[in-house]
Amino acid sequence: MIDRRRFLSIAVGAAAYAALPPAARATPAEVETLIRRLVGEGRLQRGRVKLDLPLLVENGNAVAMTVTVDAPVEGPGRVESVHIFAEANPLPNVASFHFGPAAGKAVVSTRIRLATSQTVIAVAKLADGSFWSDEIELLVTLAACLE
Amino acid sequence: MARALLNVPKRIRRGDVFEVKVLISHPMESGQRRDDRGAVIPRDIIHQFSCTYGDELVLRCELFPAISANPFLSFHVRARDSGTLVFAWKDDQGASHSETLAITVE
Repeated sequence: MIDRRRFLSIAVGAAAYAALPPAARATPAEVETLIRRLVGEGRLQRGRVKLDLPLLVENGNAVAMTVTVDAPVEGPGRVESVHIFAEANPLPNVASFHFGPAAGKAVVSTRIRLATSQTVIAVAKLADGSFWSDEIELLVTLAACLE
Repeated sequence: MARALLNVPKRIRRGDVFEVKVLISHPMESGQRRDDRGAVIPRDIIHQFSCTYGDELVLRCELFPAISANPFLSFHVRARDSGTLVFAWKDDQGASHSETLAITVE
């Protein structure tokens, strides 16, 4: 049986929970869904793509990132695209890069924002239908997006 | 408004794979920040960028708010003939920008 005190504590707890702003964070499950949608029926394997990011990030506003795919940019085994996801950013998508025939090699660098310590994932799509991934778990001391 | 710095090596030989560096001046407002009154500052980012060499595509990017302000991109091109690199991008305000860079292949 629920007495008055117990009822009140549950009610207050529920009200406090409901008052919290909606989570402005992606979740690993969300990233998994995005990757599932990208890969479809294919199989995601580890390797062939390499994500370079610092393991300890001092400033999440501009984190140097390099992604390298170990595949040619021409021919049947060429790389078509690389997709980057961040599990705990407000939006899980970071960037997608599509390589054309004039690309010399499948290496791209940019600077990204990271909201908090999290795992960053790269998924490469090859023209032969295979998918390759790499991930890095990193620590962010000063987060982006707060200021 | 949006200005860009483009960088390629001084000397490019035929068959070389050379690096192209692009730095675009743009706030890349993420749409997550709020102003002093608590109102959301609307998102304004470059969401698409592409680079072509002659009539061939080098790289096409879809960018999201997770790209830092003043986006920097570096990628590689295989030198075939002297020609023009065309860089084009679009932002959320609907503005399209493009820059060209003539390259001489020795």
